[in-house]
Amino acid sequence: MINAHRLRLSTAIFKGAALPVTLGLAVIALWVFTMLTIPLWPLDAPLDMVGRRLQPPSAAHWFGTDALGRDVLSRTLHGAQFSIPIAIVVVFAAVIIGGALGAISGFFGGLIGAAIMRLVDVTLAFPPILLAMAVAASLGPGLENAAIAMVVVWWPLYARLVRAQVLEVREREHVEAAVAAGAGPMRVLCLHILPLCWTPVLVNATMDFGQVVLLAASLSFIGLGATPPTPEWGAMIADGAKHFYHWWIAFGPGMAIFAVVVGFNFVGDGLRDLLDPRTE
Amino acid sequence: MAQPALLEVRDLRVSFRTRSGEIEAVSGIDLDISDGEVLGIVGESGSGKSVALKAIMGLLPPQAQVTGSIRFRGRQLLGAPEHEMRALRGGKIAMIFQDPLTAFNPVMTIGDQIAEMLMLHDRSLSRARLRARTVELLELVSIPEAAARIDSYPYQFSGGMRQRVMIAMAVANNPDLLLADEPTTALDVTVQAQILDVLRALQQKLKISLALVTHDLGVVAGTADRVSVMYSGRIVEKAGVDDLFADPRHPYTRGLIASVPRLDTQSAQLTSIEGAPPPPSSRPPGCSFAPRCPLAAQLCRTERPALRGAAKSLAACHFAEDTPAQIEPVI
Repeated sequence: MINAHRLRLSTAIFKGAALPVTLGLAVIALWVFTMLTIPLWPLDAPLDMVGRRLQPPSAAHWFGTDALGRDVLSRTLHGAQFSIPIAIVVVFAAVIIGGALGAISGFFGGLIGAAIMRLVDVTLAFPPILLAMAVAASLGPGLENAAIAMVVVWWPLYARLVRAQVLEVREREHVEAAVAAGAGPMRVLCLHILPLCWTPVLVNATMDFGQVVLLAASLSFIGLGATPPTPEWGAMIADGAKHFYHWWIAFGPGMAIFAVVVGFNFVGDGLRDLLDPRTE
Repeated sequence: MAQPALLEVRDLRVSFRTRSGEIEAVSGIDLDISDGEVLGIVGESGSGKSVALKAIMGLLPPQAQVTGSIRFRGRQLLGAPEHEMRALRGGKIAMIFQDPLTAFNPVMTIGDQIAEMLMLHDRSLSRARLRARTVELLELVSIPEAAARIDSYPYQFSGGMRQRVMIAMAVANNPDLLLADEPTTALDVTVQAQILDVLRALQQKLKISLALVTHDLGVVAGTADRVSVMYSGRIVEKAGVDDLFADPRHPYTRGLIASVPRLDTQSAQLTSIEGAPPPPSSRPPGCSFAPRCPLAAQLCRTERPALRGAAKSLAACHFAEDTPAQIEPVI
């Protein structure tokens, strides 16, 4: 079945049947390429004062310069080095932690399962940005701490998602057949249940990449993420907010966030259309 | 007897606790299977036959309460430690499921799934050895080009092929006992006979005992040595397969036989059994079949008949000794 999906996915992309997916993938690929090769680009150093301060876009500085005379284009592109890895780390950590706890809760149930789900309920009862702010503030500023805060906010979503999937898949006959073949519980869970749970996780994770980029920028914007000289998008927008009439300072990082979020949303939507039979 | 019987089930009861009270799916059945024998267990949906099979395998969910005794080669399986059951499952006792599509993991190749079965019971097998044995097993059930098909996924096989693979998997570890839960029900009629042939040939070749659960008397007629007929959680008749068809003693068995087309009799009309079995939550105090039985008398509604000898069978009917001539026109 997975093979059939893979086949459909690739043919759909190559036929251009899923234009938003192709577009989203292209945008993401471009950002990843930028992130990996940015040191080789002929750009001004992101932390150096390379021109006069608060200059509007020009041939020398396409996106203008900020309050300290740094090149906004260079800082925007360098920002990918922070935002994209942090999104990857946060989403992966949330999927692994939430997935493992959700799988345990769904498969074994009992007291531990109930305890995990109550913890999920409690965590989800807080508005995510508020909880992330509280955790980040208590850990102190810095991107690493912001990442930890975001994992704390994000894992319960995956715990719920995976638990619901496990509850459904474990009732299927092939699971009983595996038990009848003499397989132990861990083997049944990891080999016969979890591989059939990944579709909604994949769709959600793709969408969440964009959301994590957004939340990371939000935390940096209010001073709880990246610290000042770092060319992080949220922090750059915070700089720009102080110079309201010099719109180009916030424009570069703003467009960057927009592009990444839309890119991941397009891919996530497309994946859901392709993988989830209910949306057809 | 030098060796204890292969399988000896005594007074097996299975009940499920539900919100609307306790529901007894199996109400005290005895089953015996000796080496190399095929036991057919016949009954309609809800008669408890599949539940009984799962109880033997220890596959019932924790909310099922199982009492009685299940002895396999003299060893008590009820309440046996989980690691012991795990070694038995797929090892000495293997199961064939009804729907070969849903009983396979859709994201694993069939080769991997057979190899898993082998590996679970013999960790020392090398990859090459596993592969060779898997191909050998697929050839045993006449899968053409077995070596090439080993890396296919279940959905790439037809229903009949899948059921062959399932049989190959079940016999992978040379089990002593095979439990088949409606192995042909999900298949096309034309394929059913082939699968039964494969099953029977393997059963004789490998000298495996087989418990064949089905609602299809035709399946039993061509395959089983002895038959137990189940109705509403109980065994209502036990007999050798020829005796059962020649001289059924329980009115339910007669009804079943009369509802199946036969080539060897002239009867033009097929008769159905009127009504439906009582729900397990509200079984009558007397014979469960009484509400549908053409012979039912006052005695049947108050007193539950026990299994007792009548002619060559055991039947749970107050009128088991009455000759068929008296009864045939009534049904």
